[in-house]
Amino acid sequence: MSTVKIPPVLRDAVGGRRELEVEGATVSEVLERLYADHPGVREQLMTPEGELHRFVNVYVNDEDVRLGEWLDTPLSDHDTVMILPAMAGGAR
Amino acid sequence: MILRRELADELIAHANDDLPNECCGMVAGKNGSATRVLRATNSEGSPFMYVMDPQEQLRMMDDIDDAGEDLLAVYHSHTRSVAYPSRTDVELAFFPKTLYLIVSLADRDAPDIRAFRIDRTADPDEAIDEEPVEITT
Repeated sequence: MSTVKIPPVLRDAVGGRRELEVEGATVSEVLERLYADHPGVREQLMTPEGELHRFVNVYVNDEDVRLGEWLDTPLSDHDTVMILPAMAGGAR
Repeated sequence: MILRRELADELIAHANDDLPNECCGMVAGKNGSATRVLRATNSEGSPFMYVMDPQEQLRMMDDIDDAGEDLLAVYHSHTRSVAYPSRTDVELAFFPKTLYLIVSLADRDAPDIRAFRIDRTADPDEAIDEEPVEITT
């Protein structure tokens, strides 16, 4: 089980929890399990095409998985996954 | 939301300091009233786009949380366009309960500050909801 840290913006979607223990061998599997248990999270993080939005950052033990194996990053017990939607936008 | 004049001036000062690029940061508050402005780095360094440095974002969110304050608003500047959310602003609004504050420097002599709730998952017609900004002395 990995520990998933839930930022304040997603807490309503998970019943107010700050952390969840989630099963999964990769980041992708953990996210799928999280979406299955808490569909509101999927809606907040995915594109209409059903992919994780590229402006949502995911860290495993404080490492940005985008710099590594991204959603295929393997997880073991006691790993901590953090989801952090970006604060971003623009004039165009 | 309620914004003291000095905090409004700080937002405008940040927007001017970061020209020609867009600036960004957070406004902490309590009970709908702003308490302080936290400047962040726009990691895009662009006149048309802002992406808050994620490490700073995390640190500042924790800082606001630890201080017992609320994240009242995320702010950014529009250097040449009006203080209204662009299509990109809506597409990237991941914080539906937080206000998005836009500082427009389109008229350099009369900067404009407006606040919006943005829900990127809503129908396009209903995604943007303006909230008045009351600037007090």
